[in-house]
Amino acid sequence: MRGAFIRAITALAERDNRVHLIVGDLGFGVVEKFAQRFPAQFLNAGVAEQNMTGIAAGMALSGKIVFTYSIANFPVLRCLEQIRNDVCYHNANVKIVAVGGGLAYGSLGSTHHATEDLAIMRALPRMVVVAPGDPMEAEAATEAIASHPSPCYLRLGRAGEASVHQEKIRFRLGKAIQVGEGKDFTLISTGGLLETAVKVAESFRKTGLQARVLSMHTVKPIDSDAILAASRETHAIFTLEEHSLLGGLGGAVAEVLAEAGAEGIVFKRFGLPSAFSSVIGTQEYIRANYGLSVASLVAAIRSTLKNERTFSVTTAS
Amino acid sequence: MTEPKKKQSVSSSALTACDASLVARDIRLQSARMIHRAKSSHIGSAFSMADLLAVLYTKTLRIDPNWPDWPERDRFVLSKGHACAPLYAILAMRGFFPKDWLDDFYQDGAHLAGHATHVGVPGVEVSTGSLGHGLPIACGMALVGKRDGRDYRVFTLLSDGECDEGSVWEAALFAPHHRLDNLIVIVDYNKIQSLGTVKEVLDLEPLAAKWRAFGWEVREIDGHDVQEIEQILAVLPIKTGKPTCIISHTIKGKGVSFMENNLLWHYRSPDRDEMTRALVELGEEQ
Repeated sequence: MRGAFIRAITALAERDNRVHLIVGDLGFGVVEKFAQRFPAQFLNAGVAEQNMTGIAAGMALSGKIVFTYSIANFPVLRCLEQIRNDVCYHNANVKIVAVGGGLAYGSLGSTHHATEDLAIMRALPRMVVVAPGDPMEAEAATEAIASHPSPCYLRLGRAGEASVHQEKIRFRLGKAIQVGEGKDFTLISTGGLLETAVKVAESFRKTGLQARVLSMHTVKPIDSDAILAASRETHAIFTLEEHSLLGGLGGAVAEVLAEAGAEGIVFKRFGLPSAFSSVIGTQEYIRANYGLSVASLVAAIRSTLKNERTFSVTTAS
Repeated sequence: MTEPKKKQSVSSSALTACDASLVARDIRLQSARMIHRAKSSHIGSAFSMADLLAVLYTKTLRIDPNWPDWPERDRFVLSKGHACAPLYAILAMRGFFPKDWLDDFYQDGAHLAGHATHVGVPGVEVSTGSLGHGLPIACGMALVGKRDGRDYRVFTLLSDGECDEGSVWEAALFAPHHRLDNLIVIVDYNKIQSLGTVKEVLDLEPLAAKWRAFGWEVREIDGHDVQEIEQILAVLPIKTGKPTCIISHTIKGKGVSFMENNLLWHYRSPDRDEMTRALVELGEEQ
């Protein structure tokens, strides 16, 4: 996704000299070409994220479209109040880009796990929150947020993720992309777990259950229509996120379902507990430890469907 | 962007021809009335910077009340947003918005909030209130000015207590590195912060040397001597290629004897009796 982002912002900078990229002294091997090609549209603010974000706001208030870029929590939590007051309150045209969303920097430890960012960014007025599911979505998301004249948060994975989408996608902020059609249940994922969601659906297909897969790349504003359609048409929704279960995708979907009065549906959130990782290891390893591997998810969904549907049939009769 | 109704130069307005000390007196009087009516705080912080604001808004800033968003305007960022009453007062005096907006400052349904707020208030560049935000934003504005070859200047007024914030020093490191000589920091060094004197709470000394060491062109002035303020602000940048830091030595509560150098007036709102005495000392015309 990192490469896709750089490709997209390079194209944007070429087209529009208002587009600026500010980095917090991170992006080795990633941002150099951009810096060389567009020196007047690039800035390394140093290891100083509060200042970086304030500068971005000041530049945006002077007519620029400014992307701030760093890893994991650094461009988000370290400078949260600058994001709230300087960026959001002033409706400054700033795009906050975090590489290494979720557990991408697994072995680097909990300081580098961005696992509450979606909840925190969702809570900020005016902030659009985007976590693309694969490189193609990341590229399209970068273009989409650049055209959206308000604060946006772009949560990227790492480098080298597989492409999930095989065909050209139609990417619109706030509109989920349906990856697989099915009537039996729906998997809604955000960010890099899209690949996992697709694999889970494939696994069920072999057993005769057809899953709808929605890539909910925009967590705010959430695509209520897609959620409610899934609720009506498949009666079972499972959310997948590499994020705390508090306040992220699952919470957002639950809010939509509860307020719409969705009844008689199966609903379960898969994500991370509100905890610091108890294990050390790669992204895959920590995911598996928290039940986010394909096998664990298949088992948990199967068991939930079986219990819930048995239960609802029993009570109905 | 619409064209200005009239390109009014600052010096053409009556106010700008005034002696800045008279304007400062009016700012203090107006701020006192606002804070008294509102029963709000920070009158001491307002009085320490009144002379600075008077000079900035009558002699220095290239601004146009008829076109607040004029792209080539000088930017003024009040980073010590708690001392917003005198800013609102001078903006109203300069004609950015009606003076009667000052009457219900800080009260239910008012136009003007208790910290500097840009929403719906022409002339307020940036909303502040949390300390340490103004200088980074000002750096961003100044950087765009440099990169785009524009000649506006960016002024930001900081409190001394605000200099405890790390973000101030992140920005202090940034501006000289990028040779932002269109950026002017003024520190309202009234020596008293929220819970005590600066010396007691978190000593900033040697303050001028700190800014100098970070690469700024530093001058220390008497922040109540309008001529000295005017002179220093007339020769900007003091040194080409370097941002300017003006350490303005001031007195918290300046202008009212019982408020001067007294921490209490960071918080206390003058009651009727205190207000009467204050107005007399400030020279309210009977």
